[in-house]
Amino acid sequence: MSLLEVTELSVRYGEETVVDDLSFSVNSGESVGIVGESGSGKSQTALALLGLLPRNANLSGSIRLDGNELAGKSDEELDRVRARRIAMVFQDPAQALNPYLRVGRQLRQILLQHRLASGKAADVRVIDMLQRVGLPDPVRQFRAFPHELSGGMRQRVMIASALIAEPDLLVADEPTTALDVTVQAQILDLLETLRDSTALLLITHDLAIVAGRCERLLIFDAGKLIESGATTAVFSSPQMPKTKQLLAAAARLDTGPIPAPVSGETLLDIERLTVSYGKAAAQRLQAVTDVSLSLRTAETLAIVGESGSGKSSLVRALLGLVPPQSGAVVYAGSQLAGSLQARLSGQRRDLQLVFQDPVAALNPQMRVQKIVAEPLQVHERGLSSAKRRERVAAMLAKAGLDKSFLDRYPHQLSGGQAQRVGIARALILGPRILICDEAVAALDGSTREQVLELLKNLQRESGLSIIFISHDLAVVRSMSHRVAVMYLGRLLEVADNASLFSTPRHPYTKALLDAVPVPDPRRALQAPPLGGEAPSMLSPPRGCVFHPRCAYAKARCSEQRPELREFAGVRVACHRADEISLNARY
Amino acid sequence: MKKSGAILLAILLLAIVGPWLSPNDYLTTNFDGILKPPGLSGAHLFGTDDLGRDLFVRTMLGIRVTLLVAVVASLVSLVIGVTYGAVAGYVGGRVDAVMMRFVDTLYALPFIFLVILLMVAFERNFLLIFVAIGAINWLDMARIVRGQTISLREREFVDAARLVGVSTAGIIFRHIAPNLLGIVVVYVTLTIPQAILVESFLSFLGLGIQEPQTSLGALVDAGVNQMEGASWTLLIPATLLALILLCFNFLGDALRDFFDARRAP
Amino acid sequence: MLRYTLLRLLGAIPTLLLVIVLAFLMVHAAPGGPFDDERALPAEVAEKIEEAYHLDEPLPQQFMRYLSGLVRGDLGPSYGYRDRTVDEVIGFGFPVSLQLGALAMLLALVVGVGCGTVAALRQDSLLDRAVMAFAMTGISIPVFVVAPVLVLLLAVKLQWLPAGWSGETGAARYFLPVITLALPQIAYIARLTRASMIDVLSSDFIRTARAQGLGTKAIIRHHALKPAMLPVLSYMGPAIAAILTGSVVVEEVFGIPGLGQFFVRAALNRDYTLVLGIVIFYAALIILLNLIVDILYGVIDPRVRQR
Repeated sequence: MSLLEVTELSVRYGEETVVDDLSFSVNSGESVGIVGESGSGKSQTALALLGLLPRNANLSGSIRLDGNELAGKSDEELDRVRARRIAMVFQDPAQALNPYLRVGRQLRQILLQHRLASGKAADVRVIDMLQRVGLPDPVRQFRAFPHELSGGMRQRVMIASALIAEPDLLVADEPTTALDVTVQAQILDLLETLRDSTALLLITHDLAIVAGRCERLLIFDAGKLIESGATTAVFSSPQMPKTKQLLAAAARLDTGPIPAPVSGETLLDIERLTVSYGKAAAQRLQAVTDVSLSLRTAETLAIVGESGSGKSSLVRALLGLVPPQSGAVVYAGSQLAGSLQARLSGQRRDLQLVFQDPVAALNPQMRVQKIVAEPLQVHERGLSSAKRRERVAAMLAKAGLDKSFLDRYPHQLSGGQAQRVGIARALILGPRILICDEAVAALDGSTREQVLELLKNLQRESGLSIIFISHDLAVVRSMSHRVAVMYLGRLLEVADNASLFSTPRHPYTKALLDAVPVPDPRRALQAPPLGGEAPSMLSPPRGCVFHPRCAYAKARCSEQRPELREFAGVRVACHRADEISLNARY
Repeated sequence: MKKSGAILLAILLLAIVGPWLSPNDYLTTNFDGILKPPGLSGAHLFGTDDLGRDLFVRTMLGIRVTLLVAVVASLVSLVIGVTYGAVAGYVGGRVDAVMMRFVDTLYALPFIFLVILLMVAFERNFLLIFVAIGAINWLDMARIVRGQTISLREREFVDAARLVGVSTAGIIFRHIAPNLLGIVVVYVTLTIPQAILVESFLSFLGLGIQEPQTSLGALVDAGVNQMEGASWTLLIPATLLALILLCFNFLGDALRDFFDARRAP
Repeated sequence: MLRYTLLRLLGAIPTLLLVIVLAFLMVHAAPGGPFDDERALPAEVAEKIEEAYHLDEPLPQQFMRYLSGLVRGDLGPSYGYRDRTVDEVIGFGFPVSLQLGALAMLLALVVGVGCGTVAALRQDSLLDRAVMAFAMTGISIPVFVVAPVLVLLLAVKLQWLPAGWSGETGAARYFLPVITLALPQIAYIARLTRASMIDVLSSDFIRTARAQGLGTKAIIRHHALKPAMLPVLSYMGPAIAAILTGSVVVEEVFGIPGLGQFFVRAALNRDYTLVLGIVIFYAALIILLNLIVDILYGVIDPRVRQR
């Protein structure tokens, strides 16, 4: 008999069906992946298993655990199952842990509630659990508040809380989506090693994550289970078009064309740029240190890095939103002023930005027509309103939106549509440089592909130069001509796309590449993930900023800061670049 | 929301038109007809007070005065609060820190007592009441507007506007102000009942509106003295006062829900 | 935590100074004095009085004299009650006001938080609607309307409770004043608690706690109560000020010899030293209580402490 048996499960909100006639099972100790885009009903299914759906949800069908029905049971009855039999890890550990309670107390409460331990014994068990999830100094962290921990550490605590009552089934709902890629690899490995005989239901939008970790897959689309089977089978011979689409969208680092380098003239030169926040020296946060980069005409330069790498601060300084502390930005032969106000109108219109959160970047009180027309009102005052409307409609058409969108408000747009409006606004003045700051991070697989395609087309048509900020290496690989890698505010490596992905020269670049999950069950797991997490920007390490996490570090790396230097056709900031040989996994 | 608005409108209309339709005025005393109970048959719809003055006309006058004081005071607090809050929020940095420290300090003052002091020290005039009440109520508005301005200023669409070259004035008027409007409307609606409370409180203590002028608070005060024999002198103005306050609070709540719902995606 | 407390303490001093200066200036800029009524005072008598109360000195000197008295806890003589000092009047009136205020605040917290929590747990039920309708009425009807109406109803018409204070001794005399004083605060705290409890209960960490099988009681007690109480705690400052304001009315209506009544009498009689003394005393009290609220906030929210 299987551990969990779901039959004909449906979840409705009024007229809307979010989970439709779903049946599946999970055996003891098995790991099963649920994969689908946002809105496919996968999270609703997870919540339904534990009876956590909101009150206005309507549930029908059956959920059996060891043959015992859970659907329709009262909270009191379910409380005996929760944590003890079925436990859950949620997506965002910053939200999912109680900010007002010490970590130890939150875990202890679970033991007390289920009468698994009490008094000192409970404390000991909690500390032991914290140790097992890899929290350094668990005795001290027992008394820590969640906000005192990093994102990765918080997710470890979350996993500890899910496993402490030794459940039979662990449901992990997008457990790594809020985390950096190197931390994601750590957390996924941790889940795998700790769960032991506990069955795992891993819910994700990313096929690559489940590839090497789950025995079976369930593919969801629009509330329905459309395909299921052994992981290898689903990957090798997907049946449904949607599954194929998901597989295609799970961008990989080992296939697909790489854009060849372009050899245009230099359009933008960033010279030793340093950006810092805070006035007092003691609290100064140096977000960007000594960054030099150049951008050619019609080139896409990607800047990659994890959170806190300083890539967004670099962009803000480029655009004049934050005056740099030192260094210069030279555009078309003349130096740009530090603040936006002091720049010439022509310089301002030539540098435009596409934002990460497409909806937040649009004024909620303005219609699309007005939003896209605003740049024209500023820079081309002579335009008649009919002419302006025409230009806006033409630009929107280029961005893939028809005239019916002109009179909509931002909240009436989907994420992809809003991003197209954002792109239209950025391009209506015909800028020469477009900066995309995580511009597709908030978009789902297929929408993301479309927006990337749009950007490529626009570049082909008008010779646009693009600075593409992203943490997503697969997207970077398919989009950019050159790549710059940042860590703790510094450039560690700058290389052509092909050489960076095939022969990374910096150990950090190599670790980043290794951490990206591969959507291929046969090759998913190889390298051990990078240990630790990026240190605080307020107290960067001496010497090479990466040395505390670097497997190749020597004494010299902790003393002397390596300069960015030419080596084998790329620029790399590593003392040992010529001594070590790093090979990509492919 | 519609109901509260309609009731308020009806009360306002009645207060404007009522005294004009009535044969009585608010001043004429009649010592032969003191404390007449209310009734549809007599000449006095709401009865008379201890000086024989017509209570209907006096109550309508009281509503007018109370609403006038409250609306003007709210406008005073609106102008001060929005300007102060928007400047602090938009300029930010040290200016903001100093400005908000000042607001925090004022918050800790026992304002109502200072206002009483003010009313005692200087002759009790209308203008002073407006100023005093406005001075109390602008603090909340300033804090709310500042908070909202800061969160708007950090929003990406403001950066987007700056990048396409929109001037500071353009950003304030086209991007920030329209997004402040909702919250300002809500808080003005909620400030009016606050102002009514302060005015009627002062009048109740005999420190606000002076005879022979009157306000709802002053009428309640007079009613308390007569309540054992002539309960209508208390109950009529008290009910109307409570009704007006209730309607404003309901309206404010409903408006807040309305704007909250619109802001959510 | 100690640093946080000390910083708050230091921050309170300028506020108190500001109140003292403002109140002092207001009083001294006021036209007329308590002795104006005693018409045609002989010139030498007026001079004597002025000298006795140091009114002949320049303003800064008077202020420094007042301030140095204040530091020693001496608020000077009362103009109105000529045989008493301001300290004595406050010492006589404040304990009565304190009893009423503390009882009202306690009642408001217990009933308000209780009603708000129950309403939040049964959101949109009949009970919830009833509590909220009551609360809306409670915040809309001013104390000076509630007080006389309750007296009219319960004391005059039904004769269940005493209408006044003097002549009564039992606990019954506390009933109406305390209820009247507490009513708007109960209403406000219930609304606040309900809103913040609903907010907290819909947060992700409560869902986590539910997923851990903690059960409603444990969730409310261990996870939800603390954060849900933060807005209520912030409201304590304004609530204290509102209860002090309300006590003025309540003491007036019920004839209670508390500080509020002395204050109104003093204000109407232009007993400036007494008015000044009471305003400063109230200000110090409000500032102190706000300080305590601030510190409690730091105790509950670990993130505030570190700033």
